[in-house]
Amino acid sequence: MKIALSYRLFKVFWRDFVVFRKTWLTNIMFNFLEPLFYLAAMGYGLGYYIPSIKGMSYLEFLAPGLIASSAMWAAASECTYDSFVRMRFQKTYHAIIATPLSVDEVVAGEMVFGVFKSVFYGSIILLVISILGLVRSPWALLIPFVMILCGLPFAELGMIWTGLVPKIDTFSYFFTLIITPMFLFSGIFFPLDSLPAVVQKIAFFLPLYHVVELTRALVLGQVNWNLLGHALWLLVFSAIFFYPPLILMRRRLVY
Amino acid sequence: MLPVVLARDLVKRYNELVAVDGISFTVRQQECFGFLGPNGAGKTTTVKMICCFTPATSGELQVLGLDVRQHPRAIKAQIGVVPQEDNLDPELTVRENLLLYASYFDLPRGEAITRAEELLAFVELSDKASTEVEHLSGGMKRRLTIARALINRPRLLILDEPTTGLDPEARQLIWQKLRQLKAGGVTLILTTHYMEEAARLCDRLVIMDRGRILEEGSPEQLVQHEVGREVLELGLDGDNCEEVLAFLDGNLNGHQVIGETLFLYGGNLDQLWENLKRSGYNFSYYRRRPATLEDVFLKLTGRGLRE
Repeated sequence: MKIALSYRLFKVFWRDFVVFRKTWLTNIMFNFLEPLFYLAAMGYGLGYYIPSIKGMSYLEFLAPGLIASSAMWAAASECTYDSFVRMRFQKTYHAIIATPLSVDEVVAGEMVFGVFKSVFYGSIILLVISILGLVRSPWALLIPFVMILCGLPFAELGMIWTGLVPKIDTFSYFFTLIITPMFLFSGIFFPLDSLPAVVQKIAFFLPLYHVVELTRALVLGQVNWNLLGHALWLLVFSAIFFYPPLILMRRRLVY
Repeated sequence: MLPVVLARDLVKRYNELVAVDGISFTVRQQECFGFLGPNGAGKTTTVKMICCFTPATSGELQVLGLDVRQHPRAIKAQIGVVPQEDNLDPELTVRENLLLYASYFDLPRGEAITRAEELLAFVELSDKASTEVEHLSGGMKRRLTIARALINRPRLLILDEPTTGLDPEARQLIWQKLRQLKAGGVTLILTTHYMEEAARLCDRLVIMDRGRILEEGSPEQLVQHEVGREVLELGLDGDNCEEVLAFLDGNLNGHQVIGETLFLYGGNLDQLWENLKRSGYNFSYYRRRPATLEDVFLKLTGRGLRE
């Protein structure tokens, strides 16, 4: 079947944004506090016992990775739990497809909002760590753009899951089997060089690994051409995974 | 005049299940057209196809002269949909709900604001404009859903069980609003399993059961034609049903037995009742009352509407 996408998908993004404006103060606390806890526990607590990693304190090593992970969690949870609640319990999707908008536009608009949340939360953590003096380079100003490349893959992966799950509890598998391992093995907490070569090869296939490489390099000002490779990897991944959620959600909603 | 909806041999099949089994009907301009039937009759599925939510398996379906397969966007731009379950945005206020919905139809902001105020006045929610939807009563939510469906000035308003779950007062208010809309020139399609709702609102209706249309006509026509003016209900005492029917000897438009009750659809009920009284049969109760659509349905299907 033909994909029906137009500018109207941004109306769905706008709808989510209007609701977000009403609730962001309560929502932001959780997304904001969690990375700070990690920063305090791991960076200050554990970091005390770690002499230095690649010539920097453990706190400095850790902080840019937490920008990436916050952005990942933001898009992934938006396009799973939040989207599912709108689809199943609030029937928002059905309200919207009764208007000239198509199912494809609803799903794409939801993913765009997931990307927005990545940019938003990633940027807030960036702001916090720069206030803490952990940002070394003005290249860090590019990080909001990196957050777009981070939001897309995770919005898509989340939405694929939303297109498949029978009930809301099933999302725990997604987080336990996909998101959490990525959080732990993408080079946020330790450099991957310490792991066996096989694991390093596997890490290459994790989107978060490339996001972490980008954010850390920009925060520390270690800019080189390899970064374009990471960005390209994320772009290709996003392009490949753009259609599957549309097709799965259409199967779910149009029957 | 061009029909508002034209369906010919419409079929919707879900694997083994045939939800809609080859139905044909025409909805004319500025009428209120009803789909009446029990749960699972295929009413909602039919409505979903008209709204372009669900593709038909086969058959022809045109809405406002457009084919639902070819022009879903153009059709959806000109109709209003009131779904069975409320799907308002609970976090937003009453007014915000209308303005947001207006944006889906590309209504310019200024026009949307004017239109929202008009509609709030129409459904008597102006004083709730700044209230969040989660704080509204069930009846208010329904009215807001109707207002929202009218934001694009639709030529056709489709309502799927618009008053299910509402108290009688809220229901009366909705009916009043729907009659006003019809008087204003909007074509209405509604599904319901409430006899009274169908009888009061619909100019014409079809009675559906198991995916098929059993009968079509105005409520009065259907009652008159199928049942007659009155019904005699008799509480059966034991199993003398056959005897009673034999005694009456076909002097009827029809009959139906549901549980312990025998329903007689009358020709001359006066005469009939006199004869029965003299016959000596015992009935636990009897009741003579005007015939309704419920009787039509009972007669056609042998089942009640709200099973």
